[in-house]
Amino acid sequence: MGNEKVFDNVKIGDDILSMENITKIYGNGFVANKNVNFTVRKGEIHGLVGENGAGKTTLMKVLFGQEIPEEGRILLAGKEVNISSPLAALEYGIGMVHQHFMLVESLSVAENMVLGSEPVKGITFDYEEAVRRSTEVSKKFDLEVNPKAKIRDLSVGYKQRVEILKMLLHGAQILLLDEPTAVLTPQETKELFVQLKQLREKGFSIVFISHKLNEVKDICDRITVLRNGESVTTADVASVSEQDISRMMVGRDVLLNIEKEKANPGKTVLSVSNLSYKNKFGLYSFKDLSFDIRSGEILGVAGVEGNGQSELANVLAGLYEIEDGDIKVDGTSIKGMTVRQIREKGMAIIHEDRMTYGASATQSIAENIISDRFYKSEYKKKGFINWKDIVSKSKELIKDFSIKADGHDAEVRTLSGGNIQKVVAAREFTSSPKVLIACQPTRGIDVGAAELIRKKMIALRDKEDTATLLFSADLAELLNTSDEIIVMYGGKITAYFPDVSVINEEILGEYMLGLKTQSREEIGGVVHE
Amino acid sequence: MLDYIFSLEFIFAVIRMGTPILFVGMAAVIGAKADILCIAYEGMMLFAALGGVIGSAYSQNLAVGAIVGLLAGLVIAAIFAYFVLYLDTKPLLTGLALNTLGTGGTVYVVYLLTGMKLDTSSLASLRFPTIHIPVIKDIPVIGSIISGHNLLSYVAFIMVIVVWYLVFKTRLGLRIRAVGEDPAAAASVGINVRRTKFIALLISGLIASMGGLFMSMGYMPYFTNNMTAGRGFIGIAAQNLGRGNPIITMIYTLIFGASMAIGNTAQSFRLPSQFASMMPYLITLIGLVVIGARNKKNERRLHESISRKSKV
Ligand SMILES: Nc1ncnc2c1ncn2[C@@H]1O[C@H](COP(=O)(O)OP(=O)(O)OP(=O)(O)O)[C@@H](O)[C@H]1O
Ligand SMILES: [Mg+2]
Repeated sequence: MGNEKVFDNVKIGDDILSMENITKIYGNGFVANKNVNFTVRKGEIHGLVGENGAGKTTLMKVLFGQEIPEEGRILLAGKEVNISSPLAALEYGIGMVHQHFMLVESLSVAENMVLGSEPVKGITFDYEEAVRRSTEVSKKFDLEVNPKAKIRDLSVGYKQRVEILKMLLHGAQILLLDEPTAVLTPQETKELFVQLKQLREKGFSIVFISHKLNEVKDICDRITVLRNGESVTTADVASVSEQDISRMMVGRDVLLNIEKEKANPGKTVLSVSNLSYKNKFGLYSFKDLSFDIRSGEILGVAGVEGNGQSELANVLAGLYEIEDGDIKVDGTSIKGMTVRQIREKGMAIIHEDRMTYGASATQSIAENIISDRFYKSEYKKKGFINWKDIVSKSKELIKDFSIKADGHDAEVRTLSGGNIQKVVAAREFTSSPKVLIACQPTRGIDVGAAELIRKKMIALRDKEDTATLLFSADLAELLNTSDEIIVMYGGKITAYFPDVSVINEEILGEYMLGLKTQSREEIGGVVHE
Repeated sequence: MLDYIFSLEFIFAVIRMGTPILFVGMAAVIGAKADILCIAYEGMMLFAALGGVIGSAYSQNLAVGAIVGLLAGLVIAAIFAYFVLYLDTKPLLTGLALNTLGTGGTVYVVYLLTGMKLDTSSLASLRFPTIHIPVIKDIPVIGSIISGHNLLSYVAFIMVIVVWYLVFKTRLGLRIRAVGEDPAAAASVGINVRRTKFIALLISGLIASMGGLFMSMGYMPYFTNNMTAGRGFIGIAAQNLGRGNPIITMIYTLIFGASMAIGNTAQSFRLPSQFASMMPYLITLIGLVVIGARNKKNERRLHESISRKSKV
């Protein structure tokens, strides 16, 4: 690609890319970017931060040719360029790694990596050459992949590596990473950072979007803060603290640690006994799990992703059938119940996959909020749905959960990732749950909103005596929000900590990696009766 | 009856009956890989069948006939693709409309040309030749099975290999599979999703049209009213049962061909002809039930993989 020369002419540390006065207005009239100025230097990792809906993804889509801005211009190595499509962006050496992977699951790594610029012999796709090219970039950048593996068999962290390599293979010199760590385990995040630092050494420029400010502090050279679609500041990371960044994003001080009273647990509400689940390969996802949660307490579940947590949440929510063992809510077994019956027993769930199980993308916020309760008498008037009431309630919730949207009738698909999550939380938290299953409730959510969601969970605990099971990959969140913690490893509970105040991330880490396991008696403590 | 099933005559009939279904099955494989729900094959086949008859009758040239026929089918495929891909109409309704146009429109054209509504027997249209393969035709048993079919029957079987190669070995095939499975991913590396799907549909339409040509220029010597009689749908069913695999799809099309062959001769064995003509559809239905049951089992699997995918 002819652009390598353009990049070579720029010295490390000089501006390689600048976006000037970018304004992007969506079809519905929503102004997602207002006069945004954004520059990236050669050989830097540049953090792009801002609240949910601040316009980060939009700005990156503009840069990658997926959205065309109404105003403004983009300069590449000092020359104005017109990026009209992803193809053009790739030709200019700009590559984007989207938050949801852009990989074709049934194809191999090599096929995915060359897709769009496939090697051919006549009309035949030259698979061997594709493998050779993949191996070559993989070696060159020291990121190991097996070119012949099928994408669907790979872990999340592995897929991300493939995504990055794919962009490098397409000749990208500027990498846009949209919340790359949101789906990674702490270990995978560490690996990713090592890789990103290597790329920086080699003169690549990286834009890094994340809501985890410690990561931003950790890896970025400079940051740009977006607020309500405008660029507020660009600063050297060394000169600002996490508190400063969150203040610039939100416009007020944010509590990174929440104060909470000690829990005052009542009697057991959710009790799980000898529960097992086999996956599609006939292997146990988890086996013989027993634990219970009492009213008015939050039980945190720590564990590296893929140790049975997802399956457990799905079984609890009634999405997977109970095969072996039992789950009781308030003493009644939920075996064989439909999802609605389970919800009527007082179960609420924030599913980790919010687009498939949490929200209906083409329906409005109001419709999503009432989707679990529209059939109840209080929402009906003479047999018809009472829209007036629903709209006013939705408006209240939109305010209460600070959902940024064009109004209660905005389709959920037009919301930013974090705001979709808030819609789900607003519905689940207001269903007066006896049991709340919260899976990664603050994933992809900005610091301000994460604070809000954690506070709401604690408020549910204190005011409505809700028993909460909290799955989170964010250990700080787990330690901060939970009253008790269990660790899952290899489909089993390997540790139970009745008092969160005496443990820390290191201790949890040892159990999460399977280096340590508690005795049967210690673990048995999680069954209170 | 059993004698018949074990006779060479029967195997010969299976190939003859299976040919049009095989074409549609291969067309449907490509449509399915591009993830387009196309049911317009009946319409394409009918127009191709009529086009071939008219083209060959007026030019007295087989190649011209074939080209006119293929173009006629291709036009329907292009209309379908344009409506569905560029105007965002519902594929099912668009397909339904084009099939209806196929039955009605062809009769209208036949009437305009011949003054009759039933068939084109008054036109001197041409047929594709029967091929007697030298050497092979003299081998006992095998010779009489393999040799002596219509040219298009051979083309149909070669098409299985062509489609397999296209889908799994060419760049276009790779792109078709990519846009079919994950259009966003394909678009993110600069692939034009609509254009790729459009091309896939045209190829698919071309293959289905060959099935149409066979109907009026091989299977029968002229065009008759609604002569495809649901073969466009049976081909789709075969593709479904074969789960998009060209080879397995071929096997199912032959099974359907066999049931049609049995149906055709069943009358001479005193089975009611209504029952006989029901056979292929009955087999389709049974096949779908079996597949449905299998899918049900896999549903949990699917559930799991969905929840594992796309953690937004
Ligand atoms: N296709 C669309 N049509 C209309 N509005 C949209 C569309 N896409 C995004 N928006 C709006 O633009 C705003 C900015 O969205 P964007 O996705 O850029 O936010 P973000 O900063 O990436 O947020 P998050 O951190 O939650 O991912 C949001 O308020 C969203 O509702
Ligand atoms: Mg975003």
